[in-house]
Amino acid sequence: MARVLLFGRLADQAGWRDRVVDALDLSSLRGALAAADPSLGEALAGPGVQVAVDKAIVRGEAVLSPFTEVAFLPPMSGG
Amino acid sequence: MTVTLTDQPFEPGALVTAFCLGREETGAVATFVGLARAEKGQAVALELEAYPGFTDAAIGEIAQVAVERFRLHDVHVVHRVGRIAPGEAIVFVATAAGHRREAFEACDFLMDYLKSRAPFWKKEHGPDGARWIEPTDRDRTDAERWD
Repeated sequence: MARVLLFGRLADQAGWRDRVVDALDLSSLRGALAAADPSLGEALAGPGVQVAVDKAIVRGEAVLSPFTEVAFLPPMSGG
Repeated sequence: MTVTLTDQPFEPGALVTAFCLGREETGAVATFVGLARAEKGQAVALELEAYPGFTDAAIGEIAQVAVERFRLHDVHVVHRVGRIAPGEAIVFVATAAGHRREAFEACDFLMDYLKSRAPFWKKEHGPDGARWIEPTDRDRTDAERWD
């Protein structure tokens, strides 16, 4: 289980920005999101989209606890 | 060193006054204020999204780099988030140093970073709807000057 946050165009595309998802690791989380919304799943795996687990950028796999926060970050625009 | 994200309009002059208070060894304070442009009616409003706790930490890290690189006495960064109307201040950067060169350069360095690499997502609301904005090539090359 994890709290999932979407930012920027990803949140617009999904129609939500904050949701709790039942998953034990990052790859099963991606699978669950893609199963519910295939085009979102594709966008989350798209170029330039980074993942932060508990506010630290992660490349690859991560184990998720019920209180883990997973954020999908599209390319950053600067201020 | 202070980094603040705020969804409320701020008054740059008051920030400069406060930043200059009580400094006896600081010979130079440089400031930059960025305002939202109307783009001749193309921009009704800007909307900036941040990731609280992540965005401010990332700006804090680069501010710390600036402190060490330019031997700053202090830095203050204020950045708006949320919806911003044309003419309103989006960003305020103040740097304090012993002498002016370091203060100017650090301010320039921080703005190049903030404009290109800081974790914000920017949407422009215009007469024909809204669109997400990516950094321009100019923003990227400006930031590369310091690499």
